[in-house]
Amino acid sequence: MCYNLHMLILQSLSTGGCPFVHEVRKDEDICSPILRKLFNESHHIFVGLQGIRDDLPSKNKKTQFVSISKNYRSVIRACMEELQQVAGKVEGKSDGRISPVFFLQVSILLAVELIWNLCEVLFIDAAPAGSLLLHLLDWVRLHKADVDEKARDVLQSESPTEHQAYWDVVISYVLQGRMDEARQVLMKQAALQPAARGMFKLLDNLLIKMPIFNPSGAQTLTEFDVKWRHWHEEVDRCLQDQSFASNPHLEVICKILVGDEDVLLEHKELLSTWYHFLVTRLLFSHPIVKPTELHYYAQSSMHMFLDTRSVPEPLDSILLAAFEFDIHQVIKDCSIALNNWWFVAHLTDLMDHCKLLQSHNLHFGSNLREFLLLEYASGLFTHHSLWQLAVDYFDHCPEFGRVYLELQIERVPLDTERKALKVLRICEQRQMTEQVRSICKIMAKGALRNNRLGSALSWSIRAKDAAFATLISERFLQDYCANGAFSDLDLIDNLGSAMLLSDRLTFLGKYREFHRLYGEKCFSDAAKLLLSLMTAKIAPRTFWMTLLTDALPLLEQKEVIFSADQTHELMFCLEDLTSGNCLPKPDRWFPFLFQDEDIDTTKIEILRLALARNLAKAIVKEGTVEV
Amino acid sequence: MEGINAKYVSQKISKTRWRPVSSSSLQQPDIFATGSWDNEDNKISLWSIGDNGVSGMDDEFEGDPQLVCEYKHNGDVMDLQFLDQDRIVTASSTGAVTIFRHNHNNQTLSVPQLWERAHHYPCGKAPCTGVVCNSPEIVTVGEDGRIILFRSDQEGVTRTIENADSSTIHAVTFLRTTEILTVNSIGQLKLWDFRQRSNEPSQILSLTGDRVPLHCVDRHPNQQHIVATGGQDGMLCIWDVRQGKMPFSLMEAHSAEMWEVHFHPSNPDHLFSCSEDGSLLHWETSSNSDTPSFLQGGRNASITSRSAIAPAGGNQSLISAWLTGDSGKGRLETTHMLPSQTLSVNSLDVLGQCLVCGTDGEAIYVNRLVPI
Repeated sequence: MCYNLHMLILQSLSTGGCPFVHEVRKDEDICSPILRKLFNESHHIFVGLQGIRDDLPSKNKKTQFVSISKNYRSVIRACMEELQQVAGKVEGKSDGRISPVFFLQVSILLAVELIWNLCEVLFIDAAPAGSLLLHLLDWVRLHKADVDEKARDVLQSESPTEHQAYWDVVISYVLQGRMDEARQVLMKQAALQPAARGMFKLLDNLLIKMPIFNPSGAQTLTEFDVKWRHWHEEVDRCLQDQSFASNPHLEVICKILVGDEDVLLEHKELLSTWYHFLVTRLLFSHPIVKPTELHYYAQSSMHMFLDTRSVPEPLDSILLAAFEFDIHQVIKDCSIALNNWWFVAHLTDLMDHCKLLQSHNLHFGSNLREFLLLEYASGLFTHHSLWQLAVDYFDHCPEFGRVYLELQIERVPLDTERKALKVLRICEQRQMTEQVRSICKIMAKGALRNNRLGSALSWSIRAKDAAFATLISERFLQDYCANGAFSDLDLIDNLGSAMLLSDRLTFLGKYREFHRLYGEKCFSDAAKLLLSLMTAKIAPRTFWMTLLTDALPLLEQKEVIFSADQTHELMFCLEDLTSGNCLPKPDRWFPFLFQDEDIDTTKIEILRLALARNLAKAIVKEGTVEV
Repeated sequence: MEGINAKYVSQKISKTRWRPVSSSSLQQPDIFATGSWDNEDNKISLWSIGDNGVSGMDDEFEGDPQLVCEYKHNGDVMDLQFLDQDRIVTASSTGAVTIFRHNHNNQTLSVPQLWERAHHYPCGKAPCTGVVCNSPEIVTVGEDGRIILFRSDQEGVTRTIENADSSTIHAVTFLRTTEILTVNSIGQLKLWDFRQRSNEPSQILSLTGDRVPLHCVDRHPNQQHIVATGGQDGMLCIWDVRQGKMPFSLMEAHSAEMWEVHFHPSNPDHLFSCSEDGSLLHWETSSNSDTPSFLQGGRNASITSRSAIAPAGGNQSLISAWLTGDSGKGRLETTHMLPSQTLSVNSLDVLGQCLVCGTDGEAIYVNRLVPI
């Protein structure tokens, strides 16, 4: 699937120049089944999101949007974890070789989750100054989870304080603002050095007293600021007093607490990314940073951290754009850098719901969401199984979604009736009558080819296709003429209201009813029906001869069945038939044609005779008066 | 609705079935099989929901189905049934009927028997749409309108009823040991008796009016004349095959095709149905009342699922709560069993207190605390 999406993104970007040619091999892809879960779960969340009503007060909506964003992210994380689990199993086997696609996929998911999390903090949650830093801290902590692993290693070792990573762990905790954990680890050292207890106590004190803003508390931002400055001065004093001079590690920690940027930069490996550096720097020098000030710090942090000679990676520029609150730039860069329509489509959709895209005026403004969703859904539609998900995405693209769906839905291959029924249901729910008709016609034609007349009829009933129903009835009638009996009686006998779909079908049903009545010896009813078939013009003219021939046994009965009037009508029909029907002239080159013509004329003569005799009997019977 | 979780399995599920538990033990079922469809490589898989002895507050994640084994399946799995504890029969969209055997020792599946072109057209494949078994007999039906009788201990086909139906037969179920019921796409319920040599159904029942295709059929476990069917318009029909050619009651159940309907095997006052519209309904009828108002034969009443229905009173051993007439006293309750909207629920199975269902959203839902 990642190959498909990869192809799509590059195709859509190649603007006329030389097209990219990709050799797509079907690798032993361990990603696909796991990625499918991502697509399905996110589809579920997407549909739920579209259902959120607009009239809710905005405060409630914000919490809902944040929780939806968290749902999306947890789906991404679950996917990543599963990929790593599977890779672990593959590695464990003796010949296990993990394909490079796997690593690519995991790194993409990591980047995606990182960006999404930042967008959630900055745009969706839109935390104000004070809580902004707290959220950013959480963000960094979530994406730098190896600290806990290292800490576990250190603490579980025989003598933790001797462990080479001991001070790294302490400093990492401090850099992430996790003071309680830092203090706990420090205590191990403090216990071993009773002489320096004073120093450790002092540092411990500083760490405890560090003010943390409480958004739900009564403290205002200015009060917090004042408190924080006091604490900052106290730390500075400790430094000036050389209180930690004897222990270089403790001194480093103190310098970090005071926000010394050079010391922070000395710990590049522990920070590992410029955005970690940014957040740490803010934590210890500007904890009440405002969202609008972020971009300045972000830019300077990036420049300080990264080598000026190295080219910033795509991920870095995306994050920077996010810090600059340039949503459109973020989306644009993500679309280009990541081979993944899934991410930008869902993120843009969520942000559109938060009404974040409207404040940015671009000439294709709010259609950005629709464009991305259409691209994503079109990609899904090419998948042999995930096409069903795409339908919901098209539904929520108001401008072009329907058109796209109409074009794509007809191309779904219909191997079984059950699949056709599902596709039909999708079309019917959206009143796509053209597509319904064409799909039913395809299925009906297929059924007809396999001689499944009942199936074909049921498809034409569904499509309300009178023309096809006529075709099927013709088939039945042909079979009857050829075999002298009806096939598929269970169908014809039980047509019900479907009979009314087409004239021919009505005729078929009624004709069969005539046969039944005849079989049950309800002769007068049968006779009436037969006559009405001709007079009401339900029967096709080509069939009249057969009908009249069917009337013969009724005419020849001892008992008078057809009344005088009815007989007159029959005669009229016969005349109608023979006059309009020019009998073929005998051909001198093909004298044997005489035979057919003979049969015809013989039949007509027999009929005329029978009709005349019946008329006589009828007149007599009707004229007789009981005395 | 507590205790129901979605498990995403990366394949669209067409059928799910519990492995039967022996009637003597009071155990809840712990293994179920699923079949997939619409994949390039379809599979049948066996899943286990783990230790059933543990019941506690935190069995939410313990109840997560774990894959035991799986096997490649040629074509969509159109229907799936357990023949016995070890063997599964499947109907395929290629027209093949396959028996899979589950080897308990090494937890693998193997294919001891396969009838490859059981259902076919003169030129081409015809999907086999339904299978039902009563060990060792297996009956299958397909889009080609054939009914085929197999025996699992024999190689060839025991009996074929050619051209049993001019339209597609969607589902089949046993009425008695020698009689089966089929439903087709022109809305007819046909009864076939294997003791008769002729290839004609012994009875045909249908609704007058619109010929709505019927997709599923199930027989009441105790009272063999009561049958429930579901069709394309989502209506649930209850029939009495002893009398009348028409259903006894019609209830609006779903807004799209009803794919499966099941009476609960041990507590038949409960019925379950699932549909293309993504809902799974649990119908519960109560049969206690003091007025012995029995059905008014032959009359069908279109009733919405929440209205009051006449219960059966009087001769309770013979009269079922499902056979109802016009509005009267009594109760029929319906509950949605899935927490939120999903794509089509293709299949469900219920045994004891456990319910499993599979959807087109590639998810399996297991509920171990069905209120019965």
